[in-house]
Amino acid sequence: MADLQIQPVLAALRKHRIATIVIALEIALACAVLCNACFLIAGRVQAMHVQSGVDEQALGTIKLEGFDPEQANDLDARVMAGLRAVAGVQSVSAVGAVPFGEASVIAGVHLDAAGQQFGGVVDFYVTGPGAANAMGIRLLSGRMPAPDEYMSVTQFVPKEAPVLITQVLAKHFWPDENPLGKTIWSMDTHFRVIGVVDHLTVPQPGSGEEKDADWSIVVPAMPGPQFAGKYLLRANPDDLPRVMRDARTAALKIAPDAVLDLDQSRTIGELREKFFLNDRVMTGLLIAVIVALLGTTALGIVGLASFWVAQRRRQIGVRRALGATRKDVLRYFQIENFLIVTIGIVLGMALAYGINLALMNIYELPRLPAWYLPIGAMALWVLGQLAVLAPAMRAAAVPPVVAMRSS
Amino acid sequence: MLVAQEDEAAGQGWCGPSGRYVPHWGYTRMIGYYIDLALHSLRRSKVLTVLMILAIAVGIGASMTTLTIMHLLSGDPLRGRSGQIFYPQVEPDPGSKAREPHDVMDYQSAMDLWSAHRADRQALVINSRVKLLAPDTRLPPLMLSMLSTTSDFFTMFEVPIRFGRSWTAEDDAAHARVAVISANLNDRLFGGQNSVGLTLRLKDSDVRIVGVLAPWRPSPLFYDVRGGRFSGGDTASFYDKPEGVITPFTTALEINDGNFQPFTCWSNPVTPGHLQNASCVWVALWVQLGDATRVASYRRFLDGYVAQQQSLGRITRADNTRLRSLPEWLDFNGVVPGDVKLQTSLAFAFLAICVCNVVGLLLAKFLRRSGEIGLRRALGATRRAVFIQCLVEAGVIGGLGGLGGLFLTLFGLWLVRQQPVPYADFVHLDVSMFLATFLISIGASLLAGLLPAARASLVEPALQLKVL
Repeated sequence: MADLQIQPVLAALRKHRIATIVIALEIALACAVLCNACFLIAGRVQAMHVQSGVDEQALGTIKLEGFDPEQANDLDARVMAGLRAVAGVQSVSAVGAVPFGEASVIAGVHLDAAGQQFGGVVDFYVTGPGAANAMGIRLLSGRMPAPDEYMSVTQFVPKEAPVLITQVLAKHFWPDENPLGKTIWSMDTHFRVIGVVDHLTVPQPGSGEEKDADWSIVVPAMPGPQFAGKYLLRANPDDLPRVMRDARTAALKIAPDAVLDLDQSRTIGELREKFFLNDRVMTGLLIAVIVALLGTTALGIVGLASFWVAQRRRQIGVRRALGATRKDVLRYFQIENFLIVTIGIVLGMALAYGINLALMNIYELPRLPAWYLPIGAMALWVLGQLAVLAPAMRAAAVPPVVAMRSS
Repeated sequence: MLVAQEDEAAGQGWCGPSGRYVPHWGYTRMIGYYIDLALHSLRRSKVLTVLMILAIAVGIGASMTTLTIMHLLSGDPLRGRSGQIFYPQVEPDPGSKAREPHDVMDYQSAMDLWSAHRADRQALVINSRVKLLAPDTRLPPLMLSMLSTTSDFFTMFEVPIRFGRSWTAEDDAAHARVAVISANLNDRLFGGQNSVGLTLRLKDSDVRIVGVLAPWRPSPLFYDVRGGRFSGGDTASFYDKPEGVITPFTTALEINDGNFQPFTCWSNPVTPGHLQNASCVWVALWVQLGDATRVASYRRFLDGYVAQQQSLGRITRADNTRLRSLPEWLDFNGVVPGDVKLQTSLAFAFLAICVCNVVGLLLAKFLRRSGEIGLRRALGATRRAVFIQCLVEAGVIGGLGGLGGLFLTLFGLWLVRQQPVPYADFVHLDVSMFLATFLISIGASLLAGLLPAARASLVEPALQLKVL
C-alpha cells in the first residue's frame, strides 16, 4: 500500500519544488554540522579522558618559587621535613613536573648519536627519589631506578641518566625491538632505557608538539640547585583535600621568603579539572549547538508540513471521500517527509565530508569516520518523522465531508 | 475587508493598472505603507511570525557573539599603525634545516641589530619571571612576569603613561635601576595612588618606580607573540594581560640573572638561566620603519649583517632572514585561537540553517495568501509591487529578529565574559558590531525572503480569482 503512494508524493513534491529544496538544504546543513559536531565532541571527550598513568586521587603538588639556587638544598630539606609532618601525608618527594601541571622539560630526541634519526618531541619528567613509586606508575618490564642512580641535574636533566619510557614511546622508537637497554640522545647527553611503564601522560596533553599524550620519559634525579621547589604529596584520597590545605599553610610558614604558587599547588584532580576546563566548555557549546540545530530543523519541518496540510485540506477530503483511510493520509505525509529528509541526507553527507576536510586543515583533525554518517542519517530520519507526526495526524483527522465544502 | 483597503490604496497610488509609477505617492510613503501591511500580516499569524523572528534572533545571536569575538581578537593592536612596525628574524642556529628561521633571536644578533640603530625606532623585548616585593606595603612577595625592553618601546607602541615618565636611552646605557609598572599592579600594590619615586625590590635589587602606565590592554599582546605555529591553534594565551613590571633590558640582565628561559637552544647553556653567551634564541627585536624606502633599506641592512656574520663564521644560513610587518607576523602565528574560529563557523552554519527555516516558513506564509495576492494582482498591482511588499515583510521580520538577536548577542557576550579565557575581560559589543547585527539580520531575512517573494509575485491573478 505504502509503495503505491510514492508516485503521488513525488508529483506533489515536484509541484512544491522550491519548498522541498529549501527544507532539504536545511536538513543537509543540519546533517553535516551534526556529524562534524559529534565528531569534535568525541575528540574532546576522548582527550578529557586521557589516562594519566598516576594515582590522581591520592596525589597533590606544592610549588614554591622565587628562591636562589644556592638556597635550594636548604629550602628543600626544610620544606620536605615540614610537609612530611603534615598529618595524613604518606610521602613527599621532589618532582620536576606533574600530569596537568605546568610544562617542564620538553626536548627533541634522536635515536642515534649522530642525530640523524629523529624520534620526536617528548616531555621529560625529572623525578626525585621515591617520586616514581609515589606517582603509582605501573612498570611493565625492566626495573625502577636504583637508589644510586639519582644524580644531580646539570642542565634541565642529569647527564647520562637511566630512564623509564612509556610503552607507546617504546613502540614508536623501536617498533619490533626490545626497548630495554636502548639509548636515546637529547640535550647534549644520552639516556639508557631501563624500564617501560604502561602509561604516563605528558603534563599538557594535546597542546604541544608531542604526537601522543603518552610521549613521556621519566628521568631519576637528585634534588639540588637546578631541581627544587616542586613536591609531590601522597595521601589517602578521602583525606587529600584537607591534607593539601594544611600543606599549603605549612609551606607558607616554612618558607616565608619563597612564593607559593597557589594555582599549581593543588591536587592532581584539581589540576586536571582546570586543564580541561576549556574543552568542557567547548563540549557544552557543541552540544548546545546540536540541540538548537535539531530544534530549529524540527520547527522548520513542523511549519512547512502544517502549511501543506492546511493547503491540501480539500484534496485530503476528496481522497478520504474516495475511500482513503486515515492511515493512508498519515502514511502519505510520513512518506513525503521521509523522501525530503533522504534528499537532505544525501546532500548532507557530501557536505559533512567537505566540512571535515576544512576542519582537518585548521585542526589537524583525523578524517571523519564513515560510521558517523549512518548515525547522523538515522538521527535526522527519526527527527523528521517525529516532527511531521503532529501535522500528519491533523491531516488524517480531516473528515471526508471537507471535500464538499468550498473554502 | 483589509484586502479591499490594501488594494484600493495600491491601485490608486503606487501602481496604476498600467503598472506605471504614479507620482503623488512618494517612494518612502509606499515603503511605509508596506511596513504597515507587513506588521498587519505578521499579527495575523502570530505563531508563524514568532517562529520566524525567533529563528532569526537565535541565529543572529549565535553568529554575532562569535563574530564580535573574532572581530576583537583579529583587530589591530596598534589601531592603524601596525603597518609601520616590523619584526626582523635571522637564523643563528648552524644546524637548522627548518624553512623558517627561529621565532626569536640569540643575544648577539639582536644586540648587534639593535645597537646599529638603523630603524626609526627599535626595541629589544624579553620577559622573565621575577620575585617582586614592595617594601612600602605589607604585602607578601609575589612572582610575576617582567617585561624588559629598551626606551623606544614606549614611544614606538604609544604606551599611555598615567604618572611619571618612561626611562631614557641614557638609562638604558647606564643600566639604571628603574622600572615602569602597569596600572593593574599599581592598583594592587598602591591602591592606584601615584607611586612614582617609590622602591620595588625585584629579586635582590631595589629599583625606583619612574612611571605608572594608564590602563593599557593591547590585544593580542603583540610584542610577546611567538611560537603560534607550534601551538596547534591553542593560542588564547596571546591575549593575556601585559606584564606588571617593565624594566630596562640591560638592568634586567643583571638583576634577574639566572632566571631567563630560552625559546629554544641548540646546545645547553653553560650557566642555567644566563643566556647572553648561550646557543639559545630568546630575544625579540621590534623596529619601526616609516615608509617603503626605509623598509627596503632595512631589509638590505639585515641581509648585509647576516652576510657579514656568515663571513665571520658565526651564522651559517645567510639566506634565511625575514622582515615581517606586525600584521604579517600576527597572521603567521595564527593568533586567533582555533576554538574561536570553530565557534564562528559553527554559528554561521547555524545561521544558515535558521535562514533556510525562514525561507520555508515565509514560502508557506506568502502562498497561504495566494488568494489575496491574486486579488491585488487582478486589481492592477504589478509583480514588482507584490515582490517588494513581500520583501518588506521579510525585512520587518529581519529587523525584529535583529532586535532579539541584539539581546541574545549581549547575553552571549556576557556568557563569554564568565568563561576562563584570557580575553574575557575585554569582550564587548562595539558600534561596528552593533550595526552589523542589524545589517546581517536584515540581510539574512531579505535573502530568506527573496525566493518566497519571487514565488508570490508569480501568482496569477485570474487563477486565484477563480478559486475565490
